[in-house]
Amino acid sequence: MTKFLLRRLVNYVILVFIATSLAYILAAVSLNPKSNYENRNPKPPEAVISAKLDSLNLNPDTPVLNRYGHWLDDLVHGNLGSEVQGGSVNADVGRRLWVSGQLLLVGTILGGILGVVIGAWSAVRQYKLIDHFFTLSSFVILSVPTFVLAILLQILATKINGWAGHTIFEFSGQYNPKIPGDSWAHFFNRLNHLILPTVTLVLAGAAFLSRYQRNAMLDVLASDYVRTARAKGLRRRTALVKHALRTALIPAATIFTYSFALIFVGATFTEIIFGWHGMGELLVTSIQGNDTNSVAAVTLFVAVLVLFASFLQDFVVALLDPRVRS
Amino acid sequence: MTTETTEFISTGKIDTDSVLTVEDLSVTFPGGDGNDVRAVRGLNFSLRRGEVLAIVGESGSGKSVTSLAIMGLLPTNARVGGSIRLRDRELLGLDDRHLSDIRGKQLSMIFQEPLSALTPVYTIGQQVSEALLIHNDKMTKRQARDRSVELLDLVGIPNPRDRINAFPHEFSGGMRQRVMIAMAIANDPDVIIADEPTTALDVTIQAQILDVLQTARRETGAAIVMITHDLGVVAGLADRVMVMYAGRPVEIGTTDDIYYHPRMPYTLGLLGSIPRIDAQGGSSLTPIEGNPPSLATLPPGCPFVPRCPLAIDDCKTIEPPLEPIGRSGHLAACIRKTKIEQENLQVNDVFPAPEIAAAAVARIPRDERKAVLELDGLKRHYPLLKGAVLKRQVGTVKAVDGIDLEIREGETLGLVGESGCGKTTTLLQILELNKPQEGAVRINGRDTRELTGGERRGIRRDLQVVFQDPLAALDPRLPVGDVLAEPMRTHGMNRKEIERRTNELLRLVGLDPAMSSRFPAEFSGGQRQRIGIARALALTPKVLVLDEPVSALDVSIRAGVINLLLQLRAELSLSYLFVAHDLSVVRVIADRVAVMYLGRIVEIGDVDSVYERPSHPYTQALLSAIPVPDPVKERQRRRLLLKGDLPSPANVPSGCRFRGRCFKYEALDAQDKARCENEDPPLYEQGADHKAACHFAEAVMVV
Amino acid sequence: MTSPTEALLPSGHAPEGEAKPGAAIDDTAVTGRGRLVLKRFAQQKRGLFGLLLVVLLILLAFVGPHFSKWSYTDHDFENFLTAPSKLHWFGTDQTGLDLFAATMRGAQKSILIGLLVAVFATGLAAIVGSAAGYFGGWTDRILMWIVDLLLVVPSFLIIAIMSGSFAGNWILFVALLAAFIWQITARIVRGQTLALKEREYVMAARYMGVPQWKIILNHILPNLSSLLIIDATINVSTAIILEASLSFFGFGVQPPDISLGTLLNDGQNAAFTYPWLFLFPAVFLILLVLAVNLVGDALRDALDPSAGKAQ
Repeated sequence: MTKFLLRRLVNYVILVFIATSLAYILAAVSLNPKSNYENRNPKPPEAVISAKLDSLNLNPDTPVLNRYGHWLDDLVHGNLGSEVQGGSVNADVGRRLWVSGQLLLVGTILGGILGVVIGAWSAVRQYKLIDHFFTLSSFVILSVPTFVLAILLQILATKINGWAGHTIFEFSGQYNPKIPGDSWAHFFNRLNHLILPTVTLVLAGAAFLSRYQRNAMLDVLASDYVRTARAKGLRRRTALVKHALRTALIPAATIFTYSFALIFVGATFTEIIFGWHGMGELLVTSIQGNDTNSVAAVTLFVAVLVLFASFLQDFVVALLDPRVRS
Repeated sequence: MTTETTEFISTGKIDTDSVLTVEDLSVTFPGGDGNDVRAVRGLNFSLRRGEVLAIVGESGSGKSVTSLAIMGLLPTNARVGGSIRLRDRELLGLDDRHLSDIRGKQLSMIFQEPLSALTPVYTIGQQVSEALLIHNDKMTKRQARDRSVELLDLVGIPNPRDRINAFPHEFSGGMRQRVMIAMAIANDPDVIIADEPTTALDVTIQAQILDVLQTARRETGAAIVMITHDLGVVAGLADRVMVMYAGRPVEIGTTDDIYYHPRMPYTLGLLGSIPRIDAQGGSSLTPIEGNPPSLATLPPGCPFVPRCPLAIDDCKTIEPPLEPIGRSGHLAACIRKTKIEQENLQVNDVFPAPEIAAAAVARIPRDERKAVLELDGLKRHYPLLKGAVLKRQVGTVKAVDGIDLEIREGETLGLVGESGCGKTTTLLQILELNKPQEGAVRINGRDTRELTGGERRGIRRDLQVVFQDPLAALDPRLPVGDVLAEPMRTHGMNRKEIERRTNELLRLVGLDPAMSSRFPAEFSGGQRQRIGIARALALTPKVLVLDEPVSALDVSIRAGVINLLLQLRAELSLSYLFVAHDLSVVRVIADRVAVMYLGRIVEIGDVDSVYERPSHPYTQALLSAIPVPDPVKERQRRRLLLKGDLPSPANVPSGCRFRGRCFKYEALDAQDKARCENEDPPLYEQGADHKAACHFAEAVMVV
Repeated sequence: MTSPTEALLPSGHAPEGEAKPGAAIDDTAVTGRGRLVLKRFAQQKRGLFGLLLVVLLILLAFVGPHFSKWSYTDHDFENFLTAPSKLHWFGTDQTGLDLFAATMRGAQKSILIGLLVAVFATGLAAIVGSAAGYFGGWTDRILMWIVDLLLVVPSFLIIAIMSGSFAGNWILFVALLAAFIWQITARIVRGQTLALKEREYVMAARYMGVPQWKIILNHILPNLSSLLIIDATINVSTAIILEASLSFFGFGVQPPDISLGTLLNDGQNAAFTYPWLFLFPAVFLILLVLAVNLVGDALRDALDPSAGKAQ
């Protein structure tokens, strides 16, 4: 088992390396960091720009493979390079990791649990009112792009705030720096800011997952072993939870990686719409700002995230399914 | 159903003893277009304490629906009517809570598919314990575990104390069925319902499971309802037999009455269509023409009319009730039952077996006929791999480990053995027509190692295949005409020829050429298998490889397909390689038979020699495991039970590969045992055309 | 990666045609397969509703502009940022652009992109998946490795990086979108091909000497057609959402072209003050995707009766 996981890990690491390298080279060829300086007023002399970019390893006039070699050398030493404005990518990414981490962690866990519960519940009550309700709701949510969902939630929150006469939901940024009071007040203020972005992610994740959990559960409901369990004398509900749901978790766990990737893309939009300065925001701003090294850093982050999710998936599946273990 | 007959069944002392009483049971499933499917119609029986009642019928006869109705496990859309009483308690209408208290305690069930009937994520021990803990509030987990070990021991699981921690996927099908039985008897039930408990298993395992069922009955004193399609299986086990057709019982009586004095033509037909190992080879079977009716659109009158040779006009107007005939307790639902009784009609009087002429080529002595298919020391080993990403070899699966075979013109060789013995690998290796790992395959004298691509394609014309599952063998998206045309197109025949030949082929296998525009799904199982045979014949091959061609078919359909194969062989001078696990079918169709075990042939010879004087202990066990549809004979037969399952071909024992399960080896002294352990036995001559791979081969009568 | 993908396949996606014992045989005996599928589709209210909605929205997008006096290139200098009215059905923006004309124009582009991406992506998935599954060995290993790699590379990011190079060339954008959504389907197709390959009718064809590519074409792909049709439908909605998201950030359709995504971007800042600038394109987009999803789901039930129909 350990050997198996280790071998998996090696394969993933190779994939991550190639993916990041590809993204670096692609970004190095397509993006133009020069424009950041050329648009300055007054425009600095060409030689100055060139020297500056050389020092940042961002000069498009240097052959791309040379830049790649340099970047790789830094990377091996744990240095993600410099931002186009001269700052350290490491420092920036370090700050942003924690910001995105909160959102992703809460979003994935809550979304996952909610998705499994709703999916299983719908399946058991197939074609009943509650099933129709969940099915229709998940269809509607799945049809709303995450950024639209985020904006719609904002509009709704503004309306609620308007009706209530005071601010119930706050959703601009991660916290309100102007808030008075002790650290508890700050904590609750942060929590308040977390609500809407989290709801966005949880809704999207749960809607997606519940469809698969429902199908997985329906497959299992008709299975022979659930019938065996009932023939033993287990009541319907017990048989469903103990035998059907327990087994139907396995296929749901296998789509974990995929849903994780989806949630990350969703988080990108959520961060931007809600003004969070996380990795998702960096994805967009780094490309808009021709910041090659930051683009590579984001790619590395996403690839590692997918790797981590896959690894976790392998682990969870092995935990749930004795057939995989042996 | 009249109340009169109900009383008739349950009169006298039987009534007080009755543990399960079913009266006028009906089950209906709502169908599309207002055509409800009437799966069970008017079923009555009562089961005495400790009695074994067999319910026999083909697929769609309503036997499995009956068992689920008794358990209260039918889908919620089923409408159930009548009455089901366990002792004095009415079960119909009970809610889930009360039924759950009864299920698994007084009433338990064993299902057909042992492979899918256990929850894959819990250990065997957890699942057996669960059955105990549900119904015994005071029992501790520890006690339940100890009792589980006892139960597993009782049903013959070796090392139950260790094996209790295994997961279902680590158990073979036979072992899982034993676990199912252990769960069923865990709470000493009054009634055990066994729904085709051995259908998915090999014959030797079937014999073991039937033996375990006998043990279970002895230990618990439970009455057993044994549901099966195979009249052979229940001959030695059942006290009474009920035959069902189209959702209704058509005949019920003691086992002897049903087997020796059947009074309903369907029962007669069923008995006649069973191939028997105790019959002489080469004789045809009695097929029941036609197919069972659709339960959604039942015509008035007796549903068997379209297939019944004795039907008269009256049969089409009213459905005959079950009425007494002959000895007490024997009932049959047939207007013509008195005629059958008075004239004492036998199977062949009602369903005449077709005459099948011998092939012209059979008149030439075997030695002078050409060999059409030869195998010489054929081997096929697979590396046993582990690991998902980077695979590494951890062993070798010796699927086929050096076999020699020869089939002459117009001859049929039966290749038999349990699943996993390597017969399918052998067959695929032949069909690939490529260079074998070791050894040689020769078709019509041409060695496949020396073929060019073009020659290989040419030889494919001479060698065609018919598969087991007639539905899976036909592309569901092609109309039958295209299915038949595919081989001809591939081999460059023109459109006109193809059309002519398609019609000819359909007629040849007994189908209407007008059906060529229909899709496979529109045909019944038997018809589909005929289409599969027609496709194999399209290029006028010399050799047909038949992979279990009748094992997926219902009993009454099976006989017709076997007869077709017999007839085609005679008309077209075909040679067959007939691969089967069912030795009784092979007896009917084969001239010679080869018994395969763990990649080797352990006994080979002409059919009569091998069946009448089996000399290898494995052959003897195989033959003795096959039930005969003859209650008296069956009760007297002594079974040679094999120990355990077929070992993995990745782990072949030294010396004789059968010794681990061999009863003969057990009885040998140390010196002889050493010979079995160290010396791989070659095929020793046992007679003119009869060899067996056993150092201590000795002919024994087992049939 | 242990395919998340096999699991993505909704319940027991057995290549159909396998009549379930009992009922199915009687059904098919009278009606042909095509009619049976139609019948099953028509029995689902949700699917019919979705189909109706798709047709209506497409008609609206392509025919609707002819009934409006404004074109998406016109600017009404009398009316800036006016709310929906008789004159401007969906209102106007700060440049006097009629939002109805703009939304319909954007919808046309979104629909076109969605359909094209779906066709390309599903086609590619069918070819790669069936080849990998049928031929196995190194073909399989190499193809699946590429699929895995593409799953690890964040597609959103790659398209975003390359967005500068396809300015004005939206066909290239379509190709890129297609290139990044076919992998999951390819893995499902591969899995199904592996199962079909062991089917006896495929083996029978092989043993009669039918060439391999012909087996894929005649036996494998036709028997996956249900899966491919369903998948293409789902891909339409995926592509529309992806297009809108990328265009929203300026990485997709580039001016002067407009799509629903660019309109949403333009309307975003006004969402609280001039909500019609955001809501009309948003609602059109949601309805379009919802309708396509409903059709896809109903098709799945109709083509693949084993899915989600457990008794």
